[in-house]
Amino acid sequence: MKSHVFRPLLVVIGLVVIVLIIRVFYVPKDFGIHERGYMYGWYREGNIEEWKTQVKVKYQGKEYCSGCHADKVQTIDKTPHAVIQCENCHGPANDAIADHPSEQRPKLTIDKTRGQCLRCHSKLHYPSSGRDKIRGIDPDKHNPDIECVMCHNPHKPSLEGLK
Amino acid sequence: MNRRDFLKNTVKGVAGLGISAAAIEFLNPKDILANINKDTAKVRWAFLVNTYKCVGCGFCVKACKQENEIPYDANVTRTWVERYVITKDGKRYADTPKGARDGFITTKIEMGKDKFQEVKDEDIQKAFFVPKLCNQCENPPCVQVCPVGATYQAPDGVVLVDRTWCIGCGYCIMGCPYGVRFFHPKYHTAEKCNFCYHRITKGLKTACVQACPFGARQIGNIKDPNDPITKIILTERVGILKEEFGTKPQVFYIGLDREVK
Repeated sequence: MKSHVFRPLLVVIGLVVIVLIIRVFYVPKDFGIHERGYMYGWYREGNIEEWKTQVKVKYQGKEYCSGCHADKVQTIDKTPHAVIQCENCHGPANDAIADHPSEQRPKLTIDKTRGQCLRCHSKLHYPSSGRDKIRGIDPDKHNPDIECVMCHNPHKPSLEGLK
Repeated sequence: MNRRDFLKNTVKGVAGLGISAAAIEFLNPKDILANINKDTAKVRWAFLVNTYKCVGCGFCVKACKQENEIPYDANVTRTWVERYVITKDGKRYADTPKGARDGFITTKIEMGKDKFQEVKDEDIQKAFFVPKLCNQCENPPCVQVCPVGATYQAPDGVVLVDRTWCIGCGYCIMGCPYGVRFFHPKYHTAEKCNFCYHRITKGLKTACVQACPFGARQIGNIKDPNDPITKIILTERVGILKEEFGTKPQVFYIGLDREVK
């Protein structure tokens, strides 16, 4: 059989076969249709484990900090600021810091900016939200040029804390 | 063999070669039936947001960005907080400057680039904050439209993105009715909240839940009847976003309002 169709057809069949062969080697064994069928369950199962194990936990929480800084945590626990996690101001206590020996450990970058305090204490009259119940200031009128930490100790925020 | 037969056979042959082994496997009706309602998982992660408690401090957004390494200054976030201000004459304003990464520190409402709207205290009827994140839908459209199986739902209900398989086509970003997806500026793959999968599977809370000082955010296992959030979802009046889409979101809201879209 000699036809003008036959030779290009061989090329097409050849390409399909090559793609199928590559597919066998390229697609991992755990890639396939899982629990929820074709529409929702088509994925590489091993990726679940990758998300669980390869991503590092950075935020540790207050209890982790109190392991070494129990005094600071106790002070702040007596104030309304007790609800704030240490790392919200001090930055995440991630492995990059924890892995160092204590004498070479890099310092956490503390956010002492005015904006950090204004997140909650810029007075916004928003009924139907918790914001209304927080004591706040007008940032344009209340000592606009200086950082809050000049007068207020964040660990003991009332002005009596300065004494 | 005439030309008609030749072409017919050729088409059949090529079509046959083109079907992958997986596709043949799928067409087996026994397997399909076995897969329907095979919901044996013991864990189904769900999220509960209390909009009354949220003060718009944005610590959740900041923590999320740091925990999940979303470039801090890029205008993309896995979770964000929206501000809604409704005035007495019925006008509705909403904004989320930089996703509320730095919180809400001014009464001025962002109405577009460098355009701000000032609302007087006495004109405010109601005003509140609504934290948003991926809804981890039970029927996720993003998973349905992904052509390569890179975005998928884990057996515990969390929708994850396989960064090694994502081809960056953006179908999932277009398919999501909630607009919670974006491209990761560094990896150039589809990115979204995954309930801090690396934390919840180790028994920790998500970064945003931990960073929230006011308990406005909570996460739990909705399959466990003793879980505090399951109790609330089952016994209190909670809402979900865009119910009409039928995606069955697993992020529930206390104090949702019709103004919230």
